[in-house]
Amino acid sequence: MTRLLGWVRGLAPTLVALVMALLITGVFILIIGEDPLAALGALFDFGDSPTAQANSIGVWINRATPLFLAGLAVSICFRMGLFNIGVEGQYRMATVVAAGVGAAIVLPAPLHILVIVVVAMAAGAAYAAIPAVLKTTRGVSEVISTIMLNSIAVGLAAWLVRSPFADPDLGSGETAATREIDESGQFPGLNDLFGALGLEEPRRPVHGFVVVAIVVGVIIAVVLSRSRFGFELRASGLNAMAAAANGISSRAMVIKAMLLSGALAGLVGLPDLLGSAHRFQSDSFVAGYGFTGIAVALLGRNRPGGIALAALLFAFLDRAGPRLQSEGIPPAAVTIMQGIVVLSVLIVDEVARRRLRRREERRARAEDPTTRSEEVAS
Amino acid sequence: MRRVMKLAAGFATAALLLTACASDDGEDSGDSTDSGDSGDSGDGLEVGLAFDVGGRGDRSFNDSAAAGIERAQDELGIDFEELSPNADGSNRDELLRQLADDGNEVIFGIGYAFAEDMDTVADEYPDVQFVRIDGAPSEKENVAVMNFADHEGSFLVGAAAALMAESGQIGFVGGNEGVVINAFGAGFKQGVAAVDESIEVEDHRLASGEDPSGFDDAAGGRVAAEAMYDRGVEFVFTAAGDSNVGVFQAAADADAWAAGTDSDQYETVGDADLQQVIATSMLKRVDNAVYESIEAYSNDGTVESGVFDLSTEGVGYSTSGDFIPEDVIAQLEEYKQQIIDGEIEVNFEE
Repeated sequence: MTRLLGWVRGLAPTLVALVMALLITGVFILIIGEDPLAALGALFDFGDSPTAQANSIGVWINRATPLFLAGLAVSICFRMGLFNIGVEGQYRMATVVAAGVGAAIVLPAPLHILVIVVVAMAAGAAYAAIPAVLKTTRGVSEVISTIMLNSIAVGLAAWLVRSPFADPDLGSGETAATREIDESGQFPGLNDLFGALGLEEPRRPVHGFVVVAIVVGVIIAVVLSRSRFGFELRASGLNAMAAAANGISSRAMVIKAMLLSGALAGLVGLPDLLGSAHRFQSDSFVAGYGFTGIAVALLGRNRPGGIALAALLFAFLDRAGPRLQSEGIPPAAVTIMQGIVVLSVLIVDEVARRRLRRREERRARAEDPTTRSEEVAS
Repeated sequence: MRRVMKLAAGFATAALLLTACASDDGEDSGDSTDSGDSGDSGDGLEVGLAFDVGGRGDRSFNDSAAAGIERAQDELGIDFEELSPNADGSNRDELLRQLADDGNEVIFGIGYAFAEDMDTVADEYPDVQFVRIDGAPSEKENVAVMNFADHEGSFLVGAAAALMAESGQIGFVGGNEGVVINAFGAGFKQGVAAVDESIEVEDHRLASGEDPSGFDDAAGGRVAAEAMYDRGVEFVFTAAGDSNVGVFQAAADADAWAAGTDSDQYETVGDADLQQVIATSMLKRVDNAVYESIEAYSNDGTVESGVFDLSTEGVGYSTSGDFIPEDVIAQLEEYKQQIIDGEIEVNFEE
């Protein structure tokens, strides 16, 4: 019972923040002269026909999966006070390397996929190792180095897709791309599952990689809360000095956290690569998950469960973009709403924390009238 | 507790206010026209249009398409619905699906980036005619691709640059290193070389590979162009979408020439100071391609792929502002005729 109460109490600020964000966005929509209620309707409009609804759900899943993985990757570093801004570059490198290697080999189905996943994680971790080594040996701020490495990754990936991994069959006027991954390396979609559940089958492939993402999320949650590594990570994040005093090497933790973060970042591009694209093509590669992942991690308070909800919320808003446009609301409204949600959650969190602290102080005073502390004016 | 009440009261007021305004708005919207989708001009052909990233208002590529579909609305009495992709362009396929689900018979995808998504969606909606502006030809029966000979138009701009820049220093600013922008650059350089082979064109790209961020980086465009003008460059041709404005600003500061792309940017830039430096624009008649496709569909019920080059006036150069001297125009027309006649062959690659 107390546990349930705790859950509700933990969730309440977020719900308040969500309502606040909706209200503020409503004001914005009023300012541009459109109807906020119509917008709200469009937000929850999944389409008229069963196929359209199934499509909408598919889009939702496909969008949430990479956002969840990106948020998870960012959160690992956040938990110990490291700012890995480089998930963007790490997943770009991982995706192009995985696409190149995946197309070059042919293996039996599950093994082929496994190899691609491992290669992607290794490539992501390797790219994240650069800022980790720079930080531990030369004291370079990981914020600066990861941002720089993001730019380098764009150029490096563009070169990889043109030279070593380029599809030799491409004509001269065509955009550079890797060769297509063989069928054995393509991840089965969830479309049949829709049918089995009595729903209409979506027209677009629904990425089955979401299952992998969920499993990874559970593993990370267990590792963070139950393993020694998780404890050391959290301890370093809460108080680095105390952790060091207790024999937790901060250098080793920086490297471990960055490598794990990079390995998870390596998974971000895979739902699309294995589920529908089957090759890396610069034009259709979706960039930006690494940055949105930061917002998702913040919104999810760096907890795997929270990140999953945050990713679902972000994807839900993204999915509504085209519908909102039909109501005359510009596509930027979705981005504004996402920004406001994150800001309101952070603000409401801070307010809630201060209130909690003040209540604790008051209780302490009541129990022990000899101590005096001045209440801070708000 | 007091604090909680205050907070609650605040929210309640905000909510009340909001709903009050909303219902007001609801009553009004009955007689105001909806600008989003123009479903008010009767029961004409229904056309859907999905813009490239950036959407309507880029004063360049997308706006040219918008001009075409608005002309079709006025002259052919069609109804149209337009959508813009999200910032990372990941929902292009969803836009096409929604346009198809909304019952549009002809659906445009503006920009080569629609290539793969359009082919995928075309399979799902075999009865819908898809039209892509720009890009490689498609194997799908219901996808028509309108290809533009960007290199031919750019050739003429290159020739104009070489004839107008007395110092012989010329620059090119491209959005990225993708095939489309490479065609602009290649054509431009060949045009310069046709006038004076000794001129080396300074080539700067705002992003590497196919990275689209260079099309939305006016600050980067300005810095790149400033550096060129500082080194004595007199004429910069820019093919970088929204970043073009930055090049124009640098040109205005340096009091030197610039040339724009896609739309007639002298007309669309909307700033008198910047107008004075836009010598010409490489015109890409996306508006014609859109209009003619709709016209073809209303007449024949299908759209064939087409090539828009100099001979069909699909590409060209603008003379707004009258900055290009008469004798230069005469020479440009000569080059144009030679290209149409096949005497000069412009390559889309360097």
